[in-house]
Amino acid sequence: MRAAVIVFPGSNCDRDMAVALRAAGADVSMVWHKDATLPDNVDLVAVPGGFSFGDYLRCGAIAAQSPICNALVAHVERGGYALGVCNGFQVLTETGLLPGALMRNANLKFICKTVDLKVETSASAFTEGYNAGDTVGFPIAHHDGNYTADADTLARLDGEDRVAFRYTDNPNGSIASIAGVLSENRRVLGLMPHPERAVEEAHGGTDGQALFRGLLGQFAQA
Amino acid sequence: MKARVHVMLKNGVLDPQGEAVRHALGTLGFDGVAGVRQGKVIELDLADGTSEDTVKDMCEKLLANTVIESYQVELL
Repeated sequence: MRAAVIVFPGSNCDRDMAVALRAAGADVSMVWHKDATLPDNVDLVAVPGGFSFGDYLRCGAIAAQSPICNALVAHVERGGYALGVCNGFQVLTETGLLPGALMRNANLKFICKTVDLKVETSASAFTEGYNAGDTVGFPIAHHDGNYTADADTLARLDGEDRVAFRYTDNPNGSIASIAGVLSENRRVLGLMPHPERAVEEAHGGTDGQALFRGLLGQFAQA
Repeated sequence: MKARVHVMLKNGVLDPQGEAVRHALGTLGFDGVAGVRQGKVIELDLADGTSEDTVKDMCEKLLANTVIESYQVELL
């Protein structure tokens, strides 16, 4: 699988993402936000965590307007895969590739700890390495992870089995404890917790490995 | 010419920052503050003749996230 990791000014999880993808077997290239095109034949575009553009205006808002994001939207419209983690999830909602928005945490605090998540669906390339109902521990580190969406959107997400992960103990006020959602074609996943920070024993847990290995497994079969 | 854009969280969207400000006002002894909503004001220096529609387009594409925010444009 060929993967590209986008780097914005202020990204700080781009290398972690690349390491996690490479460990699972992906051929990874880094792309700069001013690039207007992605490398040829990229299967997955990863939008990493961090504080792109200093979180000015709104988290992810400026990044979503950068040249590489036009290429990202075109990639997804062609049926390509995309993974957005933390700030990357915020960017994906700001581009409109995923529904909803991420607001300031309900308790107004930056939260940095490992949390338990329930895997809600195994029906996606990202979650097929898990069983629905599994509990996994991923770190979170965010100030603006309070997911919100209107009632119609929530009903659609539930009805179409597009909630990928929920917090077992809601840390940030997210509506319906939603931690991660899938696009309509299930090829775009955005989540606030960091699976790429849970892939080595030294991280304190390896629950994130199944996400990357599952994803790579899908491409190996194709 | 200038334009001023007011961006507010939509009614019905919980505003934890506004709520914290309301609580702090109560602590200072200001009774009777039933609610606080916190928004943003963005001032734009524009070429003369820029239309209100153009500014609204800026709001739709960047200045506001219309999933959670509403905006008002004031041409000055």
